[in-house]
Amino acid sequence: MKDNIVTVQHLSFTYKDTKHPAVNDVSFNIPKGSWTTLVGHNGSGKSTIARLLDGILLPDENSETLIQIDGITLNEKTMWDIRDKVGIVFQNPDNQFVGATVEDDVAFGLENRQVPRLKMQTIVHDVINQVGMLKFQKSEPQYLSGGQKQRVAIAGILAIGPKLIILDESTSMLDPAGKDKILALIRKVQKENGLTIFSITHDINEASQADQILVLNQGTLLASGSPIEIFKDESLIKSAGLELPLFYKVKNKLIKRGITVPQEIDNEKKLVNYLCQLNLKM
Amino acid sequence: MSKIIIGRYIPGDSIIYKMDPRGKIIATFLFIVIIFLANNWLSYLFLSVFTLLAVWATKLKPKVFWDGVKPLIWLILFTSVLQLFFTTGGKIYWHWGILNISEYGIQNSIFIFIRFVMIILISTVLTLTTTSLEIADGMEWILKPLGYLKVPVAQIALVMSIALRFVPILLDQAVRIMNAQRARGADFNSGGLIKRIHSIIPILIPLFIGSLTIAIDLATAMEARGYREGAKRTRYRVLKWSKYDWINLGYFTLLTLILLLTRTY
Ligand SMILES: Nc1ncnc2c1ncn2[C@@H]1O[C@H](COP(=O)(O)OP(=O)(O)OP(=O)(O)O)[C@@H](O)[C@H]1O
Ligand SMILES: [Mg+2]
Repeated sequence: MKDNIVTVQHLSFTYKDTKHPAVNDVSFNIPKGSWTTLVGHNGSGKSTIARLLDGILLPDENSETLIQIDGITLNEKTMWDIRDKVGIVFQNPDNQFVGATVEDDVAFGLENRQVPRLKMQTIVHDVINQVGMLKFQKSEPQYLSGGQKQRVAIAGILAIGPKLIILDESTSMLDPAGKDKILALIRKVQKENGLTIFSITHDINEASQADQILVLNQGTLLASGSPIEIFKDESLIKSAGLELPLFYKVKNKLIKRGITVPQEIDNEKKLVNYLCQLNLKM
Repeated sequence: MSKIIIGRYIPGDSIIYKMDPRGKIIATFLFIVIIFLANNWLSYLFLSVFTLLAVWATKLKPKVFWDGVKPLIWLILFTSVLQLFFTTGGKIYWHWGILNISEYGIQNSIFIFIRFVMIILISTVLTLTTTSLEIADGMEWILKPLGYLKVPVAQIALVMSIALRFVPILLDQAVRIMNAQRARGADFNSGGLIKRIHSIIPILIPLFIGSLTIAIDLATAMEARGYREGAKRTRYRVLKWSKYDWINLGYFTLLTLILLLTRTY
């Protein structure tokens, strides 16, 4: 498909010395410019998928397997081109901070791509500004909070000018306020840079705001669709170890009781309005 | 604990801080070589004055320099006392068995004492005013010629700077693990050597596993960010040679000349 930035077909992966595949015949698409979340319980293979998309792991041999990112088919030869298009923000803020200071860390990816120093300086300054860390440009990581380190990680990725950002539980080690700030920042840079976001999360609220949800269970894809579609079936979300947001629980219960609630109602306010109108008609 | 391992850099902005780490490292090595030129009172006097001026130029409190000398003071005194009792020559003032106090003995023990203290002071000037990262960068430049012998200098330097960056994190982890063990009744501060070693093992194992996790995560993150082992890279952080570095090298060249002129041949 032309409008998909990521196309994955029949993707399987088995870790060395293990019997069962961690990812088993998974196929999905990620539309360009979308926010797609991947949910699943611990050990269901989410991080493995993130690593496969970036070519850090190579899929099990299978002639039907296809990973295509921004028109490039991933294989050993295109691995490095793919990494120019994909950036990953990992879970632990400390274990991805390579540089000695904020600016050094942001420059790491540029150094790897042999960008000349003068050009590096402009880019580094720009992206640090974009994530609001200019005041900390020369700071060492031990003086930064977890959220600030994640901002630096995002800046380091933006510096490369990627098309797709993968968040592998990037906010799970932050406090609720820090989490919201990072998500808001990602929404901002997504808009500013026209990015696609692929977010692995255990946060149901984040998932409910996504354009597309993928549900993974023991390495296989159970379902994919919009939050409204996915949340219709409570057992689906339960299988990912998550709880439905209260609003969807209420909506599902109403439908079960035989009250018609239109699909497009996707928040509390709309539901309340709709129920009031229904009440008036009765 | 963190003080010892991280080095004792103290932020400041005197002229010494403006100097390039390469110049400072070279000057320190040069100093350790030329100190052996001094062999009479006049040359030792110049050596001491030049050193103390450098100490003064850091604009740091004398106490921090004393902290540098203190851990070694017994070693210095011991060596000086050995010189005092075992050197013969000149007038003998006291004599007992193989021990004696002679004119040369007194002189030599004082010279040795000065030599020790001056070397410690100069290297303390380096470590107090230069971050470990700057030292690593400086060493990388100095060791560059080894690249011709196929030594992966740039890679070693990257490893060094990453290692330096994780020292505080690992220390943090160690403290956390120790507190957790303490909460379960572990006692690290009493008992004989064997008992103490025993109580350290439950700290080392989680620490070791923790560092492995960091290493694996970090390797993945580096690869995801386009790091290729052995591939050429450009550099964001560069060292800049300035007029202060000429002052630095000029100062120690001058000292070399003075020592050459004042020493006895
Ligand atoms: N390096 C490895 N070697 C062997 N097995 C692994 C390795 N990494 C992960 N696995 C296994 O593969 C499966 C999927 O792991 P993965 O890390 O992708 O899960 P996840 O969905 O990201 O879990 P979490 O929510 O805990 O991050 C798990 O059963 C895990 O034990
Ligand atoms: Mg994971």
